[in-house]
Amino acid sequence: MGDIERSDVGAGFGGRSKLLIGVFLIVAAVIYLIVTSTQSAAQYYLTVEELLTKGESALDRDIKVSGAVEGDTIEYDAKSLELRFTIVNVPADLDEIERAGGLAQVLHRAVTDPSEPRVDVLYVGPMPDLLRHEAQAILTGRMGMDGVFVADELLLKCPTRYEEEIPLQVEEG
Amino acid sequence: MIANVGCSSLAMAFLAALYGAIAAAYGARRARPRYVESARHAMLLTWPLVTVSALAIIWLLVSGDYQIHYVASVTSNSMPTYLKVTALWGGQAGSLVFWSWLMAAFASAAGIRKWHRDRELLPWVVVVTMVTLAFFLGLVVFFENPFARLWLTPEGRQVTALFQPRGTTPLIPSDGQGLNPLLRHPGMIIHPPTLYLGFVSFVVPYAFAIAALVTGRTDDRWVRITRRWTLVAWLFLSLGLILGGRWAYDVLGWGGYWGWDPVEIAALMPWLTGTAFLHSVMVQEKKGMLKRWNVILIILTYALVIFGTFLTRSGVLSSVHAFAQSAIGPLFFLFIGVTFVASLSLLIKRWDDLKSENQLGSIVSREALFLFNNLLFMGILAVCFWGVIFPLISELFTGQKVTVGPPFYERANSPLGIGLLLLMAIAPLSVFGQTSWKLLGRALWKPLALSFMVPFFSALRGTTNLGALLGYWVISLITLVTLYEFWRGALARRRRHGESLPVALWKLTSRNRRRYGGYVIHLGVVLMVLGVIGIEIFQTETQGTLVQGEQLTLDRYTMIYESLTQFDTQDGRNVTRAVVSVFRDGKNVGELYPRRDFYYSSQQPMTIPGVRSTLEDDFYVLLVGWESIGLSGATFKVYHNPLVNFLWIGGLVFILGTMVAAWPDRGPEPVLKLAKKRAATARSKIGGLR
Repeated sequence: MGDIERSDVGAGFGGRSKLLIGVFLIVAAVIYLIVTSTQSAAQYYLTVEELLTKGESALDRDIKVSGAVEGDTIEYDAKSLELRFTIVNVPADLDEIERAGGLAQVLHRAVTDPSEPRVDVLYVGPMPDLLRHEAQAILTGRMGMDGVFVADELLLKCPTRYEEEIPLQVEEG
Repeated sequence: MIANVGCSSLAMAFLAALYGAIAAAYGARRARPRYVESARHAMLLTWPLVTVSALAIIWLLVSGDYQIHYVASVTSNSMPTYLKVTALWGGQAGSLVFWSWLMAAFASAAGIRKWHRDRELLPWVVVVTMVTLAFFLGLVVFFENPFARLWLTPEGRQVTALFQPRGTTPLIPSDGQGLNPLLRHPGMIIHPPTLYLGFVSFVVPYAFAIAALVTGRTDDRWVRITRRWTLVAWLFLSLGLILGGRWAYDVLGWGGYWGWDPVEIAALMPWLTGTAFLHSVMVQEKKGMLKRWNVILIILTYALVIFGTFLTRSGVLSSVHAFAQSAIGPLFFLFIGVTFVASLSLLIKRWDDLKSENQLGSIVSREALFLFNNLLFMGILAVCFWGVIFPLISELFTGQKVTVGPPFYERANSPLGIGLLLLMAIAPLSVFGQTSWKLLGRALWKPLALSFMVPFFSALRGTTNLGALLGYWVISLITLVTLYEFWRGALARRRRHGESLPVALWKLTSRNRRRYGGYVIHLGVVLMVLGVIGIEIFQTETQGTLVQGEQLTLDRYTMIYESLTQFDTQDGRNVTRAVVSVFRDGKNVGELYPRRDFYYSSQQPMTIPGVRSTLEDDFYVLLVGWESIGLSGATFKVYHNPLVNFLWIGGLVFILGTMVAAWPDRGPEPVLKLAKKRAATARSKIGGLR
């Protein structure tokens, strides 16, 4: 069969198999890149509560954590650009948030409930415009030995009273 | 009153779209032209109806009728009028109306101009566009009505409803929430509409593709008819992405231009499939190959457009962790699912009709390189899609939410992007059909040899970064090959027609606009890559707290902090503005005014940089803090961004190239011209047989 095809297509046969190899190589490269990049760049996305219960095991890897900003705790040293504040545990589950009356409600309830777990955060950089009381902070960084979460990246969302389905967001980092 | 007019007009538009879709499908299936004609009239009616509704919303926004929930949520008294108008697309409900308005306009445009020529396909184009329109209008009418009002119940609770619920009184806030300060930017006028224009115009080629599948006209007619639509859609989508990057650089991202945010990726994904489509349709037109592939690409593009519309507005994925779901989310997924499955089953039905007319040639033939180009675009799409859905998948399978950030996208996409750039360097020199490395090598060796000059000399001048040198090499090669192509073509014309070089160049481009427009786009990409190399590899930053008269140095720049003032403005801001003098290599090059505006109504600050921008670099200063007493000390964050302006210049060249490629042809339509040519060759073939 190969003989017939070869004489039919002539040089094209070699070209075709080379082509298939090319296609295969690209597809393999894409899969390889996706798999390895996922492994090296994956970050656990935790709530404050989960972060605290993870304890030691959370120390050595990049983690994403989200919580409600407690306004009174915001301290900013404009000289060193050290920004410190505390975030309060909010549930991660969409349905749970929905049942509780939306994101704005959940954030509000979290900061007014002293029994919710809290964690202190340190971020070095310009003070983000959207940082304020009851904003939702999504931080990327590592848990320090002293129990302070050191964030390299800080994403903030401020759900407004009317358009709760469109939290405004801006990335800083 | 105005609200009632707008609302009923919206409802009528919905009914007209629904009727149009049903009547067109019925008429086309049963061969009843009267129904088709009636459907067409219904379609033509949708645009004026949605226009009335959109104008009503704009009227309400500008006049500040805050009982309307939408108006109260996106505007406020202190906003300038132009921003009140743009608030039409500032929130969910309004932007859906805006989307529908564009859809109605494009459907009508497709239906008016070529109705008699494409009689076969157009009924189904009406069906597809009107189904899409009816979906969006249905969302607005039933779920996200922009005309819904605020009411107060006797218990003092706020409710939102179209009609007055029993026992409530109208609630009329004295002022609205207003647009978030971060969105109060001229970018708001142009960035969202261009993106939407791009999104919506892609529906038209999709509609023609579906029409071709339904009617069995599976030749490349649909591709030729929609060539310009596709280019125009792609033009606006590209422009929207570039403008978004620029806006981010100016205000939102503090010197960033692209952050791999899921919302950004949502807009990028249809662009990726669209770009792959633009390349691979050329193979279909030239060689009659990749037909199924092209249908798949346009189906994907459509699905991603709807998905992107949904995401850019709702932000469901970026905030998956904590986000109150709006009622329309599941409906969107349902719609995408249904249209996607329906399109694919049509494709499977016509699978055999879409057989290739030719075999792929050798590995360095033009069609093979286009195929690789498509695979790489699909690879980037796969990376993006995986990154966006990975949190959902990981939660589903492990119960633990794991996300991936910008490092994932950068790591996985960079090699694929470099692969695309290499193809961009080689492909213009390749030919269709049987060819060999030798043939390609003969065309390539001169530009290849020359291309090593740039990295060589920049290494001599002290550039040691390998990534940058590799980048310089690739973009020099693309530039040389592309210019060589222009040169070669123009020389050939001069020889053949005795034209002077500029005339030959002009005629060469205007006679083969898609090809040479495409090359101009490639040159735009080259410039953009140069800008990206500059900011990604050579960006430096520093920060410092200065008292008046003190200085801060970064690379060749020194800035001196002169003074700080604070004042209130008419539109409800408190502005803190610093004056800094900038010196470059010790020479005074002017003053910058970084500032921080505090919006009283939303209690939110906004940081506005001071930027000195030249072709060589940007010096970018942010005012990040100051001492409240005496205003003597202030803290600055400073960036030095070399070459970044090439990103924007490249964007401009990119858009110009697309305009060259999309510019309407003079004389007869390409479709007809080609049909004639084909008929002529068919005749001569028959003649030959005789």
